[in-house]
Amino acid sequence: MKSRPSRFLLGGRTYSPAVSLLLALPFLLVILLAFLLPLGMLLRESAFAPGFTVEHYRKVFDEPVYLRVMYRTVRISIFVTLISLLLGYPLALLMARARGLQLSLLLIAVLLPLWTSVLVRTYAWLVLLQRDGLINDMLTGLGIIDAPMQLLRTEGAVVLAMSHVLLPFVVLPLYASLRAIPDDYERAAKMLGANGFAVFRHVTLPLSMPGITSGCLMVFLLALGFFVTPALIGGPQQMMLATLVQQQVTELLNWPFAGAIIGVLLFAVLVLVIAFNRVVRLDRFVGQV
Amino acid sequence: MTRTPITASRFAINAFAYAVVVFLLVPTALIIPMSFGPDRFLKFPPAGFTLHWYAAYFSDPDWLAATFFSIRIAALTAIVATIVGTLISLALVRGRLPGKPAFELLVVGPVIVPNIALAIATFLVFDGLRLTGTTLGFVAAHTALAMPFVVFTILASLYRFDADLERAALSCGASPLRAFFWVTLPQIMPGIVSAALFAFIISFDEPVISFFISDLDHRSLPRKMFEDIDYNVSPILAAVATVLTGLTILALVIGHFLGRSGRSGSTTRKTG
Amino acid sequence: MDLQHRSPPGDHVGVHDLVKRYGDVAAVDSVSLGVKKGEFLALLGPSGSGKTTILMNIAGFDFPDSGRIEIDGQDVTWTPPYKRNLGMVFQRYTLFPHMSVLDNIAFPLRMRKIGRAEREERARAALKTVRLDGYGDRKPSQLSGGQQQRVAMARAVVYNPEVLLMDEPLSALDKNLREEMQIEIKHLQRELGVTVIFVTHDQTEALTMADRIAVLDHGKLQQLDTPRALYEAPASAFVAGFIGETNFWPATAANDAAPGDEVAVELEGGERATVMAADRLSRQQAVRVAIRPENLRLSADSGGCAATVNEAIYAGSVTTLLVRTKGPILRVRLTAATAASEPAAGTSLSLGWQPRHARAYAAA
Repeated sequence: MKSRPSRFLLGGRTYSPAVSLLLALPFLLVILLAFLLPLGMLLRESAFAPGFTVEHYRKVFDEPVYLRVMYRTVRISIFVTLISLLLGYPLALLMARARGLQLSLLLIAVLLPLWTSVLVRTYAWLVLLQRDGLINDMLTGLGIIDAPMQLLRTEGAVVLAMSHVLLPFVVLPLYASLRAIPDDYERAAKMLGANGFAVFRHVTLPLSMPGITSGCLMVFLLALGFFVTPALIGGPQQMMLATLVQQQVTELLNWPFAGAIIGVLLFAVLVLVIAFNRVVRLDRFVGQV
Repeated sequence: MTRTPITASRFAINAFAYAVVVFLLVPTALIIPMSFGPDRFLKFPPAGFTLHWYAAYFSDPDWLAATFFSIRIAALTAIVATIVGTLISLALVRGRLPGKPAFELLVVGPVIVPNIALAIATFLVFDGLRLTGTTLGFVAAHTALAMPFVVFTILASLYRFDADLERAALSCGASPLRAFFWVTLPQIMPGIVSAALFAFIISFDEPVISFFISDLDHRSLPRKMFEDIDYNVSPILAAVATVLTGLTILALVIGHFLGRSGRSGSTTRKTG
Repeated sequence: MDLQHRSPPGDHVGVHDLVKRYGDVAAVDSVSLGVKKGEFLALLGPSGSGKTTILMNIAGFDFPDSGRIEIDGQDVTWTPPYKRNLGMVFQRYTLFPHMSVLDNIAFPLRMRKIGRAEREERARAALKTVRLDGYGDRKPSQLSGGQQQRVAMARAVVYNPEVLLMDEPLSALDKNLREEMQIEIKHLQRELGVTVIFVTHDQTEALTMADRIAVLDHGKLQQLDTPRALYEAPASAFVAGFIGETNFWPATAANDAAPGDEVAVELEGGERATVMAADRLSRQQAVRVAIRPENLRLSADSGGCAATVNEAIYAGSVTTLLVRTKGPILRVRLTAATAASEPAAGTSLSLGWQPRHARAYAAA
């Protein structure tokens, strides 16, 4: 009997391990140069100086200034996540019930902001919230306040703008999971005597839980490391983690400490992703809705 | 869900949802009329109509340099990311790839790691390698960033592709390479084109990594915008923002029509 | 190489001791079969029987763990599909959606580097043999399912392959069209003189079309024979149950018997009868007696097994009676010609059969 010869293509459709590796090689090079190597070097910087040390990590948790930034980052991220969920759920419900043109328009309304530059959207809030901006004009015009308020460089402004930017990330997975609930469940619940709220409470809400989890996780993770919006809308008093890192790197050239903050951030992100790995399919992150 | 008589509570929920739509769209939309206003400080409603700020944008060498730099980076990123992404997708779907789970992890890696982490890390290494401000550096960083979106889009079209079509080509006497170019490639083309489109947009308005790896002479458009927003809020920005938003709508429309033929496309992205 | 595994001369396609495992499951378990030149062979079995795996190994899309595939006496076990010069028609139509119908049919010729003029001429001729001339410029999506499958056939035969493989090609079509296409495929095969290996799970399709049928179950070849032999002398209880309709009556052999001998059995319920041994049987062995519904005879006089009519199901040309015996409930088939004397429900009758129509298989 002949032994199995090595084949360039197994059955013409399956590539042999050697060919597969060859196809994966360019990817590996890109990921190595622009992903693995940089992250590895940064983490090495944070823990070796040149001998192994946890000094920089200790500094992140020991100094009140930095602890405050971390605490604020988590607080703002939680607020942004909750607001996004609160605003996003009714919209996702509406989309799940919509058909045809109405659905297309609603989808466009969610996708358009998603693909509009973060800078453009942040800039819009900057213009709206400035001292003589539209919001202050309206508030004074309506007599709610006497003189223009300081809106920029407040934590409220940061939360508002970030919620606006991150809202689509919670709407899309929510919409997907609500859309997947068969009509029959709600009909059945109604036949069995449940009123509107009971249907929501006992049928719709539990069944949309995967969407809630993945949407919230996505918003929370993005918020934790968010750079552009807090940096432009907030001031030093609203500094979040990403801006702190930027400052350490561009102004103080303190790479080991910046590396340590990033190390903490990566650890938090990894823990969350692994913890929710069973609920949140990773490809949802790239969202084939 | 079925059409049921609109109850008061449902009416309230829908009204709230439409208010959220307004919240999503209006802030950005207001920029557009303001960009045509004559005032030095942006006003709404605008006090008149002028194309002055557009003229200023298109005649300012700094803005133009940043724009063309970003277009070049984005175009190269689209090409490189699409080729690299198609190859790894084929290896993942068709190949007996050793260490496949590790590769899958590496594919999603850039989505999970926060952009700020990636940006700082890239800055550290690229500074040492003298890659900051270079086309190679930008394209490499943006290709890595776009990779998950490109790969997932192409994987989706590969999975949708009927494997028997390729078997049919082979049974007709086509070699594997010819079967790929004659049958598989034309079939997954809509996916590949929309992947390229995504990569282009992701690179073109990527603000965080660009912020760190730009240098004084080579700035991307987002970096230039960041600086101007931070230091001198000029109405030129409104003009730039309007142009960018217009381009985004155009890209989405193209993507939609491609998606219609290929039913493919990533609808989510990552932001920073 | 072991000589006894060589294809006997005259076998066009030979499968030798083919074994294919997926994990712990043997999808194909040591199957050997030969297909003669110009023969129409059906691979028939329930899903999971290994019939498609065998076809994929012959086509070259899958490779065995052990065993060989031979075509024209050449070992092609490891030859890639595009070098085997086989034609193949798939379950779905698998026309290339981005090419016109004519380009689809011309594709194999293009891959064989045949010039444009000849390509077009031969593609048009092939289109004509499947009675679709004039449809060449259309896109596959503009054709009906039946038309698409005919184009797929034209594409598979345009380069005159000597062997045509078909993987349940009619399963996507509705019943009427399927029956029409069965005859059409049969005609095409005779016209071209091509050897056909046809996978199906539909026994009627296999009986209608095939010269010989290979019945498979759980990766094992159960029987390879002509349709008539399969129906009249099934080699196992599985084949008897799988092809056509069969009543099984559990029984115990009353004496030893060789295959083909008459043997006395004690039927479940206590009555005795004479049947034919299909396997080698020994006294006291548990057996299953298989009797086709149309081979059971009803009479008013005693002498056979006692039976009571439970229900009569009228279906036009035939009527099926469900009769209660002292053992199981049996189905009895009456044709329209004999149904004039159709007994009413509740009638007590006597049930009889010719011993050669009742085959006793050793119970598993």
